[in-house]
Amino acid sequence: MRDKISSSPVLSVVSKILFAPIIIFGLYVQFHGDYGPGGGFQAGVIVAAAFILYSMIFGLSKGETLVPTMINRYLMCVGVLLYAGVGIVSILLDGMYLDYNVLSSDPSTGQHIGIILVELGVGITVATVMIALYHSFASFGEINE
Amino acid sequence: MNFLLINFFLISLLLVTTFFIFKTTSLISVVALTGAFTLLCSAIYVNLDAVDVAFTEAAVGSGISTILMVMAAAKLPEGKKNKLINLFPSIILAVSISLILIIIIANLPLLGDPNAPIHLHVVPEYLKESKDFFHIPNVVTNILASYRGFDTLGETIVIFTAGLGVIALLTSNTLNRKTNFKKNNKKNER
Repeated sequence: MRDKISSSPVLSVVSKILFAPIIIFGLYVQFHGDYGPGGGFQAGVIVAAAFILYSMIFGLSKGETLVPTMINRYLMCVGVLLYAGVGIVSILLDGMYLDYNVLSSDPSTGQHIGIILVELGVGITVATVMIALYHSFASFGEINE
Repeated sequence: MNFLLINFFLISLLLVTTFFIFKTTSLISVVALTGAFTLLCSAIYVNLDAVDVAFTEAAVGSGISTILMVMAAAKLPEGKKNKLINLFPSIILAVSISLILIIIIANLPLLGDPNAPIHLHVVPEYLKESKDFFHIPNVVTNILASYRGFDTLGETIVIFTAGLGVIALLTSNTLNRKTNFKKNNKKNER
């Protein structure tokens, strides 16, 4: 199961071609979320979909070399800490928790910075959690076999 | 008129999909049909102009969850199908829940009613204020990340915790720990 590589050349070629566009679309959804539909949650899922597609087509062990499990787990925490950290920074700058007005001299710019950082934290956590879910589901029960 | 026609079409497709989810016995087909169901739901959300919700539903509901459900279904052993012996309690439960829902639907405000409670509470303030203050056109993002920042932090932590739970339950380390535990027990017995 672990090293079951897809025998079909169509699947491997198509997934290699699609990998980069999916990630670029994810980044677009992430950073264009202020202007159109989108945001951290959707972008995280889309970026995770690219990595999951890779693991599905080329096997779990290649997927785990692409996204090492430990780095993935650290990134899960980094996302939540980035979100919570924005709140701590705004306390240190004499504001309330998660009050983005104080992040810049202009409240409006401060809100913009805060929203982008917070959405980035959400995106990182969602993407890495989805990858971790897939990898744990895919590797479950291998030891028994 | 177009709105109504499209909505009618989508909801009748939804009913057909539900019927086949109920009818089919193969687990993989149920998963695929559930994916189709959530995709239809996201089409309905687009029709209702809730693009952000539709986007999330399409990405999370019919994308990632379908993949994860397929993975989980592939891991299940092929068991024998148990025949349903007593349908009576489940029929009573289903009928009573549907009755409650129908009674609630009768009390809901009409679709697009400007005097519905949801449009009178804080929403007018948000819509008026956010464009001048944030200079961010997408009000949904403003509400999600700024006005309701605490909620979103909570949601992120929920997702994080869910990931932690799945890793703790499914990672092979737990199996190793079990075997170690057994070994230790044997040692103690000696």
